[in-house]
Amino acid sequence: MRRYIAGRLVTTVFLAIAATLVVFLIAHLVPTDPIRAHLGDLGSSKPEIVEAYRLRWGLDRPLWEQYVIYLQGLARGDFGISIQSERPVLDDILQYAPATLELATVAAFMAVLVGIPLGILAAVRRDTWVDHLARFVSLIGVAAPTFWLAFIALAVFYGGLQIAPSTGRLDLNVPPPPTVSGMYLVDSLIAGQPATFLNALAHMILPAAVLAASSLGLITRTTRASMLETLGQDYIRTARAKGVRERAVVIRHGLRNALVPVVTLGGLAYAQLLSGAVMTETIFSWPGLGRYAFQAAGALDFPAITGVTLLVAVTYLVVNLLVDLSYGLVDPRIVSR
Amino acid sequence: MTDRVSEATPLDMPSLRRRRIARYLLPAVGAGVIVVWVILALLAPAIAPFQPDSVDVLVRLHGPSLGHLFGTDELGRDVFSRVIYGARASLPAGLIVVAAGGLVGTLYGGIAAYVGGLVDEAMMRIADVVLAFPPLIIAMAIASALGIGMTNAILSMVVVWWPQYARLSRGLVLAQRNEEYVQAARVLGYPPARILLRHIFPNALGPLIVLLTLDVGNAIITFAALSFLGLGVVPPTPEWGAMVASGRSLIAQWWVASFPGFAIFSVVLGFNFLGDGIRDWLDPRGRRR
Repeated sequence: MRRYIAGRLVTTVFLAIAATLVVFLIAHLVPTDPIRAHLGDLGSSKPEIVEAYRLRWGLDRPLWEQYVIYLQGLARGDFGISIQSERPVLDDILQYAPATLELATVAAFMAVLVGIPLGILAAVRRDTWVDHLARFVSLIGVAAPTFWLAFIALAVFYGGLQIAPSTGRLDLNVPPPPTVSGMYLVDSLIAGQPATFLNALAHMILPAAVLAASSLGLITRTTRASMLETLGQDYIRTARAKGVRERAVVIRHGLRNALVPVVTLGGLAYAQLLSGAVMTETIFSWPGLGRYAFQAAGALDFPAITGVTLLVAVTYLVVNLLVDLSYGLVDPRIVSR
Repeated sequence: MTDRVSEATPLDMPSLRRRRIARYLLPAVGAGVIVVWVILALLAPAIAPFQPDSVDVLVRLHGPSLGHLFGTDELGRDVFSRVIYGARASLPAGLIVVAAGGLVGTLYGGIAAYVGGLVDEAMMRIADVVLAFPPLIIAMAIASALGIGMTNAILSMVVVWWPQYARLSRGLVLAQRNEEYVQAARVLGYPPARILLRHIFPNALGPLIVLLTLDVGNAIITFAALSFLGLGVVPPTPEWGAMVASGRSLIAQWWVASFPGFAIFSVVLGFNFLGDGIRDWLDPRGRRR
């Protein structure tokens, strides 16, 4: 077990370093002038800034030296200066991250709490309406672009039925709770403001549901297929023959053994969540990293884009590491192999 | 994969009919939708009632009517015509990305598996690095570095698209490598390249075709997402993702963003139905799963 963990840790660190190299190469080997890419319009109007930049980033030196300088900067938390906000990218990221973390966490819970039971039911009651519903839900999750789904949800529940609140994290006349974590649901509880909590929750439901839909399909589909496979095994027949109650057969004998592929997909589902956040936050005016990335892309704010890319890549790596480590809990055989 | 037919009565006709629907109807619907979109894309100038970029401020943001089936956008352009012309961006983009990514990845993975050893190890680690990024995010970074434009968006997608094919094709080639027919070809003295291209790849083609078909949908969605971010086509070229982006705050004028989005949904659904169908035909054992 220890060797397995050590091995996965080494791979993750290696991949994280490789990710910085990739981001560095994107920034420096592209046909556009890297300084232009970094400074945007500022570069063409003020030549002295261009020169200062060239010296600061060591752009006159060999590429590998530049990479070392870049790494040293990253180690100090220097992601560069955003062209749009004219602030350090790290400050921007820290400001916007809690909103995304809050949204993504709620969405992940929704996807798992709906997706796994739906997948189980679809497998147990195959070819019934539950199965068809599950298939329909996963098809929408797979085939509908998140930004479109977000727009439809907003148009129907806010524009049409008028039962959903407007976009953003709170109503305009509700002041945000005092900042502790930056997550309004948490902060409002800490500050003892139930009205703010309910308002934040109401604003959360629609965007979180849309974001959840992107990974819900994947989770439902995998759970269903894996459960079908498991329920056909001999030990399930044995358990049934022994007279074990059907519910226990499905949950204790079936689900436990069917979970491995579902857990494997956790990483993939999370990647969809991260990409989906860009779309969902943009449509719902959710002031998080996704909308930040959208605005950065629109303005070709290169430092901001590379900063977010690197952050997302590292997050994704850590999630996949956690997924791999959790195999040990779900299925000890994988680790000892 | 136990045979579960025994649980149903042999004369369970509705269930049989349903399976036949799943086997023939859905793939046929999928293929039909794709064919319709291809025709619309090819004959767009003949079918679209208006020029996609003809501005008419007198009819700004009019709702769907007989004159403008899908209504008009903020510049008075006909949404229906723009959706039809949009197929000319999305369909080729999706097909090119999958074809190029599939070709590069398949050859790459095949070579890695066939050579084996340290070369294999090194080649697959490189693929792992690319797979360490969520595709859309890294494509977004590359596209913004290369500059806005359809070619650059496609190029940036190909960069992130090939590794999954490298993995699949490596696995398939590894499985085939020790089959008897490969050994026979080797004994006959054929060069490795010929064995790989003429003997192994044709036999490993099935799963690849399934992935390719399902993947066109993914590629179309990702391309639309890049366009939504403003990194795809250059405006005012009509493109579905960009159209949703420009109509995203027009909640009351829902038709501006809804119809282009539905176009994406329908074509992606088509490729999914078709891909699932092909998988069932190629792998009868998995048919009932």
